[in-house]
Amino acid sequence: MPSMSGNMELPILGQAPRLDISAVRARLQEKSGQEYWRGLEELADSPEVQDFLENEFPQTGSDWRNPIDRRNLLRLMGASLGLAGLTACTRQPLEKIVPYVKPPEEFSSNTPNFYATAQVMGGYANGILVESHQGRPTKAEGNPEHPGSLGGTDVFTQANLLTMYDPDRSQAVYHEGIISNNTAFWAALTVLRERHKLAKGAGLRILTENITSPSLIDFMKSILADMPEAKWHVWDPMVSDSARAGAKLAFGEPVSCHYKLETADVIVSLDSDFLYTGPGAVRYAHDFAARRKPAEGKPTMNRLYAVHTHPLISSSLADHTLALKPSQIEAFARSLAAKLGVAVDAAASPNDAWTAAVAKDLEAHKGTSVVVAGDHQPAIVHALAHAINEKLGNAGKTVVYTESLDGNADAGVDSLRELTNEMHAGKVETLIVLSGNPVYSAPPDFKFREAFLKVAHRIHLGLYMDETGVLAHWHVPEAHTLETWGDARAYDGTVTTIQPLIDPMYGGKTAMEILAAMAGKQGTNYQLWRRNWRDRMKSADFDNQLQKTLHDGMWPNSAPAAKNVAVKGDLKSVPATNATGVEITFRPDPTVLDGRFANNGWLQELPKPISKVTWDNAFHVNPGTAEKMGVTTDDLVTVKVGNQSVKGAVWVTPGQAADTVTVHLGYGRPRAGKVGSKIGFDANAIRTSQTMWAAAGVDVSKPVGHYKLVSTQTHHGIKQIKDADTEQKNRHLVRVGTQEEFLKKPEFAKEMGEDPPNALTMYPPWDYSKGYAWGMSIDLNACIGCSACTIACQAENNITVVGKDEVVRGREMHWIRVDRYHKGDLDNPAAYSQPVTCMHCENAPCEPVCPVAATVHSEEGINQMVYNRCVGTRYCSNNCPYKVRRFNFFLYSDWDTVSLHGLRNPEVTVRSRGVMEKCSYCIQRVNHAKIEAEKQDRTVKDGEVVTACQQVCPTKAIMFGDMNDKQSNIAKWKADPRNYGLLTDLNTKPRTSYLARLQNPNPELEKGEKG
Amino acid sequence: MAPEKLETTATAVQTSPEPLVGPGHSYASVTDKISAVPLEVGWPKFWIVGFTIAFMVLMMLLGTITWLLGKGVGVWGINIPVGWGFDIINFVWWIGIGHAGTLISAILLLLKQQWRMSISRFAEAMTLFAVACAFLYPTFHTGRPWLAYWLLPYPNTMSLWPQPRSPLLWDVFAVSTYGTISLVFWYVGLIPDLASMRDKAKSRFAQVAYGILALGWRGSARHWTHYEMAALVLAGMSTPLVLSVHTVVSFDFAVGLIPGWHATIFPPYFVAGAIYSGFAMVLTLAIPLRSWYKLQDFITMKHIDNMCKVMLATGLIVAYGYAMEAFMAWYSGNIWELFMFKNRTTGPYGWSYWSLILFNVLVPQLLWSRKARQNVALVFVLSLIINIGMWLERFVIIVTSLNRDFLPSSWGMYYPTKFDWSMFIGSMGLFTTLLFVFVRLLPSIAMFEIRLILPKKNKGGH
Repeated sequence: MPSMSGNMELPILGQAPRLDISAVRARLQEKSGQEYWRGLEELADSPEVQDFLENEFPQTGSDWRNPIDRRNLLRLMGASLGLAGLTACTRQPLEKIVPYVKPPEEFSSNTPNFYATAQVMGGYANGILVESHQGRPTKAEGNPEHPGSLGGTDVFTQANLLTMYDPDRSQAVYHEGIISNNTAFWAALTVLRERHKLAKGAGLRILTENITSPSLIDFMKSILADMPEAKWHVWDPMVSDSARAGAKLAFGEPVSCHYKLETADVIVSLDSDFLYTGPGAVRYAHDFAARRKPAEGKPTMNRLYAVHTHPLISSSLADHTLALKPSQIEAFARSLAAKLGVAVDAAASPNDAWTAAVAKDLEAHKGTSVVVAGDHQPAIVHALAHAINEKLGNAGKTVVYTESLDGNADAGVDSLRELTNEMHAGKVETLIVLSGNPVYSAPPDFKFREAFLKVAHRIHLGLYMDETGVLAHWHVPEAHTLETWGDARAYDGTVTTIQPLIDPMYGGKTAMEILAAMAGKQGTNYQLWRRNWRDRMKSADFDNQLQKTLHDGMWPNSAPAAKNVAVKGDLKSVPATNATGVEITFRPDPTVLDGRFANNGWLQELPKPISKVTWDNAFHVNPGTAEKMGVTTDDLVTVKVGNQSVKGAVWVTPGQAADTVTVHLGYGRPRAGKVGSKIGFDANAIRTSQTMWAAAGVDVSKPVGHYKLVSTQTHHGIKQIKDADTEQKNRHLVRVGTQEEFLKKPEFAKEMGEDPPNALTMYPPWDYSKGYAWGMSIDLNACIGCSACTIACQAENNITVVGKDEVVRGREMHWIRVDRYHKGDLDNPAAYSQPVTCMHCENAPCEPVCPVAATVHSEEGINQMVYNRCVGTRYCSNNCPYKVRRFNFFLYSDWDTVSLHGLRNPEVTVRSRGVMEKCSYCIQRVNHAKIEAEKQDRTVKDGEVVTACQQVCPTKAIMFGDMNDKQSNIAKWKADPRNYGLLTDLNTKPRTSYLARLQNPNPELEKGEKG
Repeated sequence: MAPEKLETTATAVQTSPEPLVGPGHSYASVTDKISAVPLEVGWPKFWIVGFTIAFMVLMMLLGTITWLLGKGVGVWGINIPVGWGFDIINFVWWIGIGHAGTLISAILLLLKQQWRMSISRFAEAMTLFAVACAFLYPTFHTGRPWLAYWLLPYPNTMSLWPQPRSPLLWDVFAVSTYGTISLVFWYVGLIPDLASMRDKAKSRFAQVAYGILALGWRGSARHWTHYEMAALVLAGMSTPLVLSVHTVVSFDFAVGLIPGWHATIFPPYFVAGAIYSGFAMVLTLAIPLRSWYKLQDFITMKHIDNMCKVMLATGLIVAYGYAMEAFMAWYSGNIWELFMFKNRTTGPYGWSYWSLILFNVLVPQLLWSRKARQNVALVFVLSLIINIGMWLERFVIIVTSLNRDFLPSSWGMYYPTKFDWSMFIGSMGLFTTLLFVFVRLLPSIAMFEIRLILPKKNKGGH
């Protein structure tokens, strides 16, 4: 028997409690005969030991951390070979297959259930309803009752579902890089808590992303109350602190604001992408588009002026755009403010005529106008926007102020700076990072990585074993939002509830559980959350309230009341920013954001708005500037800002401001996962904490190499973009008029094309007037080009991701794509978006050419694709004038990754190699509605069939329904004077049509601009 | 090509009318000379070298097909919008090449053109092998080749028939009919010669093998009557095929609505193009063959001259087709057609259009000169150029029409991959392997037909 005097060296973290030697002796006494035991721990038979033994890898890590000598090297090599073999044999999950003798409540094997929960980004929630098929969430839809959604969602909400099923998600607790277990982690956390509690929290720091959740704030408060020396820092690369700083500058307090765009007649956007990013984007898009719908006979459209550096979704919708360098945007804001009577040092306006016209238009719309400052604009621009809105009497009408919704009002770069300084100084003993990836996203001048490594106890909770996770002592897998209980505030402050759709797939934990543990509270995620709300509500009827809240997805009337604030800051004292030379702006990527979605194939492959680039970030440069710099699309250049530099590819972007470079963050991640690692380049490398969103003094080198960027549209640079745009105009694909033209001649769009008469065929036409006649119409006037339809369709119809190498060959699989065309000169062109999907032509050119009848027409007018029958001649695609058919050139569908199986919509076939596919008008939804209607012996009602693209659309730009039902919305849309078909001169008779886009230009500015 | 041979043929040319068989041949010498190739010559070095290379290229084809079946058609460069690439280009090209054989054996037979006799066997074999190569592509270009048989109308449990409006289905019928008739015609034409081979063969194995294939032919008058009738009937059946096969192939495009495809001129222009390329290929193969096997007496300058004239005529029809496409693009005032033509000539694939014009229209104008037609080396080079030109024609029609069609948003480019090339070159391996085997085992010139034309011509000469 080994000596017990051996020193059991227990590190502070992650060790089982001390052995109870007497218990061991007692147990040995009980055993008879020749008993073998593996260790004292086994004998002790403690639950920890059982936990260790049951887990795959016992904690033998200490050996592995030793410097590797020859013997160890051989051992490790042997082990890795062995492990490689092991991983090949997939471990089947232990399951008992039993029928539902007593099925769960509301269970039905064929009808999906919907649960109200939330999508949280940058701390802000948007209400969603998630479809669940037999316990598997398969699709997210907007919650029509929720003020932030009104039924629409965005690309991130759609794609977040894929993140939940991502096989690369962190799946185990790691201690110093070795798989550990929950018990050990909680034990370690408890030890830590006790230690820090003794010191009143000194040395304890918690770093989170932005938090608006009342429950999390409660838990955080109780930690801070318990341990007053502890500190909570917030660093969220998605949230710019300048909005908060701007509010502080203007009002002296960090109020939050949101807009009521439905009441705004004139909107001025200062480099704001309010329709696409930010907490209220979905709602804003809805309200904005609602005011774009023209009324016959009277002008009702709003007017949008947009100033931008890099073309944005919001500026593509504008009636007038002005491309300016970042420093000029401030100058513009100052001159506009000065013109409207705000006390500020007015700089010279970059465009006097423009400023004057905008100012005049704003003056004429006091109380019904709004100036929106972009999230990434400096504080002074935000303050100026507040001051202008106040001067125009917009505050309280189009702009609503509330108490700050952010849990930590000191969040941001300064908060992170303070933390990092303390870390460098060795003052931080324990750092708990709850979600977020600061090692990747912190500005490089903080040297966060070095600082992080100085912290004695580093704990990371994250969805992925990312750049921060690998450096942490403890990495804990985070439960996805769809796996958790919680809450967060919406853009207007409404408290939105989060409820799980599924048990955490990989045993993930929540920030709430960790915070609660630190606060000394116990319980599961649900218990903690529920108890907290019970205590908050103090209501006798709490259970019923909670039931209703969970059903609705939000606490009723939980939005804070509007607050009256007055501008009191001295804006005159803020010196104007002066910058010369080439300037650069840094922005979160439009699809992968700050890199949090880097491993999400749907978002990686989604063409980025306007540029349509996929799978990469790039230096966006204006065509003229690119020429001056001697660079062009696909050139690899070194961009130097100050003394930092990074190498990346150039993409020439029409509409980019001259002498500027825009680069998106979120790429070049070393540890994103199988999908997202090491693609693009990390633009963080040329940022500093002083120049978070814009910097001057940029040096772009001559080309140092070639790097193929991939775009789904016009792969070949500016010449092809120009050719395509010219041809678009000749062909009248996107039909655009002004409100004035529309009022004079509502049918202007129809006259741009040719509609052959029905009699133009030898054959008797099919009679579609009986039964259903499904049709779709897309309102180009409402479409903002956000691509939510593309991802929603991908989620609904099990559409695969093909990867960059396949996109470069033009093999992307999206069933609905958003085409982009420009009009006007390259420096400041208008950009038009046009979603294109299968047109379900009544005379479909694809049908007669198929030799095996794999694509046929239904009597309801739907062009159907029979996957089983398709042999893959691709003739149908060649003959499709809209090129909306997609072919499985390889076996694109992932049949092997088990975790992705759960994601699939069981009502849609997963296509195999060699078959053609395309938009089906969501035939599964059509049939579902028809079956329901037949069961009730009635016909399908208008609005009963909603296609995935229609449902997701934040602006309700897509309408679908039975055209034979004359009362239906689709019939009304088809009768709209703006209704026109694409390529109707080919006599294809498309069932999908478009409503022409209208602009509402300011007559004063229109003269100066090209038509 | 030995220079003294050229001189002898040059002197032969002087005499008028030009002989179809070299001087000094008797029935026996014709049979001896031609049957010697499979029976006596054995394994000449050039055959072994040539066959080895061809067989290796054929193996490359098999490798490519294996990879293709394993991975999917994505190994090629095709995409959306260019859903067809080398696969259909090569299909049309090979089918076109096959046309010379049918034309020579059927139409020229009916027209009693005696000069066809010495090249007909060979051209028919070429037709068969070209059809075999062409057949590869529609089969393996499908996404799921193991289901390609669904294009055939066979009774099945699904109660599903092919879709009769699709030109691809017409292709199935046109090409399979063409292949079958060509095979039967070729085999029937071989029977008298197979009997000669049986009789001349010395080894037991060859006697038995040729004997079986000769189907008991003894050369009786009855046999000859039946034979002549069968040949006439088959020629009558083949004649419409010469026109129909490529007409149907052209429908693959003409029926589509893509600008650059949707044109009524396609059928005649395709048929002419097919004959054009077919004769070019006959020359490409016949010129080296007659030199290697010293068959200048049977494939004379007269033959070469005649074939050049056919090429010139069909080449002009093809040129007219190109001119009409350009004219109609302008004359119709149709924006799609206009853009198609602009894209073809000045777009990213402009080089292919202008090379096509150079290869198919400009260079072959040399054939107007009798001197050029008599220069065997030049004719050989020209035949290669026309082969490339006709291949480019299909490239232009397929790729430059598809790459930029109606919606500029879906414009794309097509770049062939190494598998496109290996499948293309590999099919040439199949073709040449079959050809080498044919030349080695069977009389590549119809002996009995040459015998038929001997007496008359010799009489005239003496």
